[in-house]
Amino acid sequence: MYIIVVGAGKVGWNLARELLEKNHEVTVIESNRRRYLTVEQELEHNVTYGDASELWVLERAGIQRADMVIAVTGDDEDNMLICQVAREKYNVERIIARVNNPRNREHFDLLGVKPSVSATDLILRLLEHEVPEYGLVHLLDLTEERLEIIEILLGKDSRVIGNRVGDLSMPEGSLLISVLREGRGFVPNADTVLEPGDEVLAVLDPGKEDDLKVLFGPADNGASGG
Amino acid sequence: MFILIVGCGRVGSSVARTMLREGHEVSCLDEDPESHSRLEVGLEKGWEDLGGQFTVGTGLETDALLAAGIEKADAFIASTDGDNTNIVISQIAQRRYEVPTVIARILDPLRAEWYQQQGLHTICPTRVAIDMLESAVLEGGQRDGDQPDGSANVA
Repeated sequence: MYIIVVGAGKVGWNLARELLEKNHEVTVIESNRRRYLTVEQELEHNVTYGDASELWVLERAGIQRADMVIAVTGDDEDNMLICQVAREKYNVERIIARVNNPRNREHFDLLGVKPSVSATDLILRLLEHEVPEYGLVHLLDLTEERLEIIEILLGKDSRVIGNRVGDLSMPEGSLLISVLREGRGFVPNADTVLEPGDEVLAVLDPGKEDDLKVLFGPADNGASGG
Repeated sequence: MFILIVGCGRVGSSVARTMLREGHEVSCLDEDPESHSRLEVGLEKGWEDLGGQFTVGTGLETDALLAAGIEKADAFIASTDGDNTNIVISQIAQRRYEVPTVIARILDPLRAEWYQQQGLHTICPTRVAIDMLESAVLEGGQRDGDQPDGSANVA
């Protein structure tokens, strides 16, 4: 593939290196003279100096025959427009744009610049996965034994409100062990009906949290609870 | 008309004053609070006293656009000092807020031409300067005594 990478910052430079190693043909376009001279020592003819916002710079880099354009400068407007022009004027089939400020993502979408990649969004998503959300608390993690006990607070909109415990379709590898209601805990039986504000305790195999979050979560969560 | 002008530099502020004088509602958006002073150059009263509106912010910020009144704008002028900013925000005005008249100042002649073809109303000061320069040169006189073929008339 012939790939044009715009921006020779940390992302662009390393990307170019990896792509070259995979035997792609690569041209990096960098508009800062000093940065260009630094990167040129390693990438040599694979990097070119110029402002890729200008059409003639893109044409000089051979955009007409490019299979892919990746815009990873530190400027969202540059990335947006370079990709827009690549796709709409030069009919480049594949584009990837970097989003620096996640708030700008809606503008990328509006201009039809997809896919776009935001490091901030990626880290936030990881963070949400790593840090349990409010409503699900790890009470005990037995790593060696591969068992966990968690507590989930049932909101008013939980899909299990009014359900009998016996009718819950608990995921395999999980078991409801206790219900805390109005400050008192008890072991539920099949006829116990769940109420808003209940805190349910469950023992589960590691990795089942997400299933339980869906089961006990808001009814409009999409996934089926039963 | 309600006219929203983003980028209140020499061009934007001048257009803003003219439009206000013509009796239109004018709202300016600029990231630099100081540009408010430029708006008032030559005015006998303050910008707001004359009915103008001024908001600090950039054309990429949804909140700033809404505060500046983009939803009721009949015309949108993108006249910041950045081509890319003007191209992006004028497309936002056109596509998201469906402003009937959108005009973008684009200095780069090649892109001004291409975006014009894509349905954006673009004004290219560089193109205007090029055309004026070229016609000024061609219309100018030649040295006295020079022949039309360029050879000098040696006395």
